Amino acid sequence: MPFSISLTVNGQSNSIALDDPRVTLLDLLRERLHLTGTKKGCDRGQCGACTVLLDGRRINACLTLAASLDGSTVTTIEGLADGTELHPVQAAFIACDGLQCGYCTPGQIMSAVGLLSEGHAGNDPERVRELMSGNICRCGAYQGITQAVLEAGHALSAKNDAQPAGVPEDGRNAA
Amino acid sequence: MNRFDFLRPASLAEAITAAAVPGSVYLAAGTNLLDLMKIGVTRPERVIDISRLPGLDRIEWLPDGGVRIGALVRNSDLAYDARFAAAYPAVAEALLSGASAQLRNAATVGGNLLQRTRCAYFQDIASACNRREPGSGCDALQGENRLHAVLGWTEQCIATHPSDFCVPLAALDAVVEIEGAAGRRELPIEALHRLPDAISATESVLAPGDLIIGLRLPEAAALAGHARYVKLRERTSYAFAVVSAAAMLDMDGDTIRSSRIALGAVAAKPWRAHAAEAALVGQRANRETFETAATAALADARPSGDNAFKITLAHRILVRALTLASAGTPKVMPALPASPFPEQHAPAPKGDLHVA
Repeated sequence: MPFSISLTVNGQSNSIALDDPRVTLLDLLRERLHLTGTKKGCDRGQCGACTVLLDGRRINACLTLAASLDGSTVTTIEGLADGTELHPVQAAFIACDGLQCGYCTPGQIMSAVGLLSEGHAGNDPERVRELMSGNICRCGAYQGITQAVLEAGHALSAKNDAQPAGVPEDGRNAA
Repeated sequence: MNRFDFLRPASLAEAITAAAVPGSVYLAAGTNLLDLMKIGVTRPERVIDISRLPGLDRIEWLPDGGVRIGALVRNSDLAYDARFAAAYPAVAEALLSGASAQLRNAATVGGNLLQRTRCAYFQDIASACNRREPGSGCDALQGENRLHAVLGWTEQCIATHPSDFCVPLAALDAVVEIEGAAGRRELPIEALHRLPDAISATESVLAPGDLIIGLRLPEAAALAGHARYVKLRERTSYAFAVVSAAAMLDMDGDTIRSSRIALGAVAAKPWRAHAAEAALVGQRANRETFETAATAALADARPSGDNAFKITLAHRILVRALTLASAGTPKVMPALPASPFPEQHAPAPKGDLHVA
């Protein structure tokens, strides 16, 4: 029962023919679109390595059926940087040494981007830790990760403050 | 994962018709279903995608002061809805204590109500499990069962219901709206999930093809000022409850007019503690009263295995939930929602939290 879905990934629209409805978003990204930055850890929603933004919200790509996503927009780690300029969260992970082996890092960074846009952590490390608890780091780089999320939050709010009021960077009207 | 047919019905009516075919399952976010399909516990022939059905993703305030929540509302959208969190703070706290931020962004209200047990023997297809395969037996009875049920279990099944959300819903008399082949009907949430009996371990009263389309909560303003959900976990965050309790008090000064109490992770359904509520009516809010209520809540508890400690722990968590509720709903959601421990940067509420 082949059918197709349209999916915008990192700003590029794709029409994807699915010959098998079992494909998860994670496998679609890695195996069909060759975007291997998104990692497969547990494949069961327990580790967070596969975190991506779906329509702007962080989710586990491993527990999402691609067939159900017709018309959706996905952002992966490959879509964060602006050319050679790193996203503030990426820069903060490097500056704060928020990683060791790096396998969980794309998921950590995507989760942090989602966390900052949700806006529930403020400047509280306890809230950052709680709201990042869906991302497991076997190397135990949590201290650097928490620091990186807090610093990226500062950097992003400084950047937003520098924008003229009411005109967000992407040009849309503020909600 | 087995092969299946994938259907995208355009309307509720089409979905109900499609699901009438045996072997069909509904897919919303899939955070539980897909996991179970990957490990072979669920092997549907047809997956019916209801995630885009119109009109099921709204939070609607009712003229009587209650609220109607569409089945496709995401957990995080409900928990962070300011009006909802102010009206039903224990429900918001329970939602935010469950799973991870990623899962809460995806998981739906309807799916949460129907999520399956995390019993390891249910999830291991090589084990006997009366829920997965009726009549095959229960390997949990003689297995690793320290986290299993202490109320309402039989030798058919000693699994627990894993939901946090359902615990305060049970306390608040939520009503579940169901659409099925026979039309629309509704059930109090206490009648949705089933306890195992002597011969079977059926999980809910829903018939094949039934779809939860929403739930309603009655107005509960009198309870909002003293409402907590408390959840003991084996790690700080992102874990299912060992035991949990929802406690809501309608206070007149120091006196309890009425209360709503339910326990989580103790039985195959969210466990409404009517006897504890009765014990609190007209009593002063103090340690002795809360102890009496907790004793009443757990009067029928008995271990199903290596889990006698859960009875003591459930007693203590309920006393703590009542103590925290009587101190008042926090003005700001705690950094660690439902944590039984005081916040590091916040003063502990007055009174001794620990139970000897």
